Amino acid sequence: MAYSEKLLDHFKNPRNVGTMDKSQKNVGTGLVGAPECGDVMRLQIEVDEESGKIKDAKFKTFGCGSAIASSSLATEWLKGLSVDDALAIDNMKIVEELALPPVKIHCSVLAEDAIKSAIADYQQKNGIEVKESEKSGH
Amino acid sequence: MNNKRQIYLDNNATTPCDPRVVDTMIPYFYEKHGNAASRNHPFGWVAEEAVDYAREQIANLINVDSKEIIFTSGATEADNLALKGVFEMYQRKGNHIITLKTEHKAVLDACKKIEKMGGQVTYLDVDSEGLVDLAALEAAITDKTILVSIMWANNETGTIQPMKKIGEICEKHGVLFMSDATQVVGKIPVDPKEIGVHLMAFTAHKMYGPKGVGALYVCRKNPRVKVTAQMDGGGHERGMRSGTLNVPGIVGFGKAAEIASKEMGADAERLSKLRDKLENALIAAMEEVYINGSKEHRMPHVSNLSFKHVEGEGLMMTFNQDIALSSGSACTSASLEPSYVLVALGLGDDLAHSSLRFSLGRFTTEEDIDYTIKAITQGVNHMRDLSPIWEMYKEGVDIDSIEWSEH
Repeated sequence: MAYSEKLLDHFKNPRNVGTMDKSQKNVGTGLVGAPECGDVMRLQIEVDEESGKIKDAKFKTFGCGSAIASSSLATEWLKGLSVDDALAIDNMKIVEELALPPVKIHCSVLAEDAIKSAIADYQQKNGIEVKESEKSGH
Repeated sequence: MNNKRQIYLDNNATTPCDPRVVDTMIPYFYEKHGNAASRNHPFGWVAEEAVDYAREQIANLINVDSKEIIFTSGATEADNLALKGVFEMYQRKGNHIITLKTEHKAVLDACKKIEKMGGQVTYLDVDSEGLVDLAALEAAITDKTILVSIMWANNETGTIQPMKKIGEICEKHGVLFMSDATQVVGKIPVDPKEIGVHLMAFTAHKMYGPKGVGALYVCRKNPRVKVTAQMDGGGHERGMRSGTLNVPGIVGFGKAAEIASKEMGADAERLSKLRDKLENALIAAMEEVYINGSKEHRMPHVSNLSFKHVEGEGLMMTFNQDIALSSGSACTSASLEPSYVLVALGLGDDLAHSSLRFSLGRFTTEEDIDYTIKAITQGVNHMRDLSPIWEMYKEGVDIDSIEWSEH
């Protein structure tokens, strides 16, 4: 299976790897996947309370190259977005950008789940109503 | 990292064809292109002579009579011929076959087909090293049992089964014993007659011969074993396998067997030292590295390791430009299941997903191993830096206590 240059770049030089303090009120953490399935993603966002925009995003992923690249790309896209715009990120955009082969589409779905789960966590902490459709899991 | 030569550590998948084998094969494509079944002209005689010679070379390697070698297209066909051929031939005696959960798919899927054809198959568990439980094997034999099929050594872990003891149990109960010996023939001494193996499948391309040619050993004396042909046609190979013989392939197979007879002892000694060097260095360099399979009863050139909290396929991407090997992790939407062989050993799915199989071969050098040690260590460290479960493990979080969202 030949991977795209973009995917390989995100895999070899992953952006925004790291861990935020999840006890902070303006940090939302999403942990999705399972070790038994071969992939676990943890994606975190830090929201600027003044503007309501995501000012930083970090991830760590246990998984294949496509899973790592999908989550790395997601953190890059998240920075600067409003929470609502972040919720609109569709997994198929990740598929396109990284040219994921069909057998790896589930990696992009997991990344979308991680984004939604991180946002849901942030909203819960801040007393914002979480829409049913925003909750992760499928 | 840059390395001019691609390092090949996937010899259990296939071995390169030894150049001496290739040289021997070449005349049989053009000058000596005859059909070994053409009885009426020199082209046919030359081809037949070459096939007979190769049959001797192969028989010598495993210490059997050359008449007991049936050529096939490979080990998968030989496994199918043995299992289905015995099932059909011995139907009046019984319909029960015993095998292991860790067998190759060629055996497992042939057994599933046999179940559809009215057979009964027992799939025995293995212990944490991958070894058969001899008491359970003996207890599984009934008056309907016609065949026990147990692979000599496992392709993923290199674990070698207690063949002599299995042979004794089969002998005691008057049951035929078949073995998929694909990973052992040409690598370590194999003597089916001494062990009491009546049918044995193996292939050229795992012992530095060409792809597309394999063999089934079928015992001719005490007992005289017969299998029902699975392919109808010209009645080649004493009626057990029709089809024009792959003469160049068979010539290469013979040469590969002859080379193995002379060199496998030295190869095995050298490779076990390199394998141990690789394994010991990786275990010394990193925490949480585990050996899968039996350390004591193991092929000299194989090492299957789990690097905890790192996913195998991702790990391979860190070095697969330079080093070719296999992982027990299949991370695709088609199959999220990790290796069934490792799972049968009792490994959790997470450890099975974290595994790499290193299989060394005749052309592996010490420089290859030194480079591999460095590359794997770097790769594992890179992947652990990225792994949230490694971070949790380092913080003392009990990973098993987390409620994961299955997907």
